[in-house]
Amino acid sequence: MLTISTGNNAVAAAVKQASPAVVAAYPITPQTEIVEQIANFVTNGSLKAKYIPVESEHSAMAACIGASITGVRTFTATSSHGLLYMHEMVNWAAGARLPVVMANVNRAVGPGWNVWAEHTDALQTRDTGWLQVYVATVQEAYDATLMAFRIAEDRRVYLPVMVNLDGFSLSHISQQLEENPAGDFIPPLVLDHAITPEKPAGYGCMTSSTDYFRIRYDIERSMRDSVAVIRETEEVFASKFGRRYSWTDDYRCEDAEILIIAMGTLGKEAEVAVDILRSEGIKAGSMRVRWIRPFPDLDLGDRELVVIDRNYSFGFGGILASSIKAKTGRECFNVIAGLGGQEVTYHDIAGFVRNRRVGQESWFGVDA
Amino acid sequence: MYEIRLHSRGGQGGVTAAKLMALAAFRDGKFATAAPFYGAERRGAPIVSFIRIDEKPIKIYSQIHNPDLIVVLDPSIIDLVNVFEGLKPDGDVLINAPDIPEKAAGYRVRHVDLTGIALKLNLIVAGNPILNTPVIGALAKMGLFSRESASAAIKEMFSDERNLNAALMAYEELI
Repeated sequence: MLTISTGNNAVAAAVKQASPAVVAAYPITPQTEIVEQIANFVTNGSLKAKYIPVESEHSAMAACIGASITGVRTFTATSSHGLLYMHEMVNWAAGARLPVVMANVNRAVGPGWNVWAEHTDALQTRDTGWLQVYVATVQEAYDATLMAFRIAEDRRVYLPVMVNLDGFSLSHISQQLEENPAGDFIPPLVLDHAITPEKPAGYGCMTSSTDYFRIRYDIERSMRDSVAVIRETEEVFASKFGRRYSWTDDYRCEDAEILIIAMGTLGKEAEVAVDILRSEGIKAGSMRVRWIRPFPDLDLGDRELVVIDRNYSFGFGGILASSIKAKTGRECFNVIAGLGGQEVTYHDIAGFVRNRRVGQESWFGVDA
Repeated sequence: MYEIRLHSRGGQGGVTAAKLMALAAFRDGKFATAAPFYGAERRGAPIVSFIRIDEKPIKIYSQIHNPDLIVVLDPSIIDLVNVFEGLKPDGDVLINAPDIPEKAAGYRVRHVDLTGIALKLNLIVAGNPILNTPVIGALAKMGLFSRESASAAIKEMFSDERNLNAALMAYEELI
């Protein structure tokens, strides 16, 4: 079905297709319309799920963990402060190897109180063992949510997946959306370590250093194995639904001499900047990074890099830029832009490239 | 690409109007995005929404600074904010008003009394006349999308027939 949808409703529509058994959510600010729409589906009977409205985000993730450990499909959604409030349980879901899927609407963290787009909320949970994907269109929000269930529940992965979409600039805008019945794209969940009446077990017990260390190593092995699972899933998705995704969304990169690298909607708007720069004779290309965990192998060649970070790690730098430098050894011009929903246009992005100073960092509009 | 900025007050249905515009353009076979700008504003405060329509997929998420068309759902906003800011030199203006407001002199203005239409049809929710469906009729008359696509969009989002009737009235009454 082809229609117009917001990013929030696209995620909810994909969740309906995935048909989780349990959705637990805290329904108050900073919650989004994602869980509101899912509540509608449960009420009108189009989604046969147990909907648990809990008293906090911490409890929302705890409820998902409790349900997931019995081997059923689970989903929750949150945003900014909500995600941080559930941080302890975010760790727990990954440590217990539970394929929980969560949508996070990326919003700035206070104070000052600010509800607009920024990636620092989700990036504060990047070391928890969750897979993290960042989307840039309403369609991609739908598609990535469908794929998240298949990836998380794959035996080679058994790790939770977080689908990230920019607050307001994607969550609340309307764009075209093709909804596809998931059919057999998401196979029934078989969780090998599920607790059932026939197979009682306990999780979260006191664990020796030796076992704990092995468990952590195992998480990293699965994280690395997830690379193949993601690739496979995106291939199957493309053959089934005709829309192709990869680690990065590349635009005019083949002959580019300068790459703009960003995440989320800024990474899409960068494509317009590329066209402007090309018309001026500057051979630019755009590489929108989709997955931050597992972190992709980026094919950067010897091109100059302009990395836009809508996030910051204080005392260190933009998280995407510093990750790229750590992984590839490449220096870049790191622009910190769009924090707290700062307006950044394609003209601004083209300006970042024209005025690039590789090896330096610039806070757009602040450090002039 | 055709870019529209919509001015309304919180609670007047500006966000839904933007979505309807995107849907009507989409039913015309175009690409469209509707992006409400959320600030700290609440019910009654002036708000803006941005709508883009193009023949190809739209990759822009930032605000519209130089619109081709400005739509004003509440004419009292004209006294509060410069609704004409950034309008392209040959750009158009659509105002919900029985007459052209003084401050709109010098612009290419079309107008129609959407509030009057809503009141005539008793299209009122929580005491507020509904403006978001009639404005779609006026915009169809201005050629933003076809009359058929406007009707289809309204029918997709609203079951109450008065919405479509209001749009058709605005289509006829646009000056």
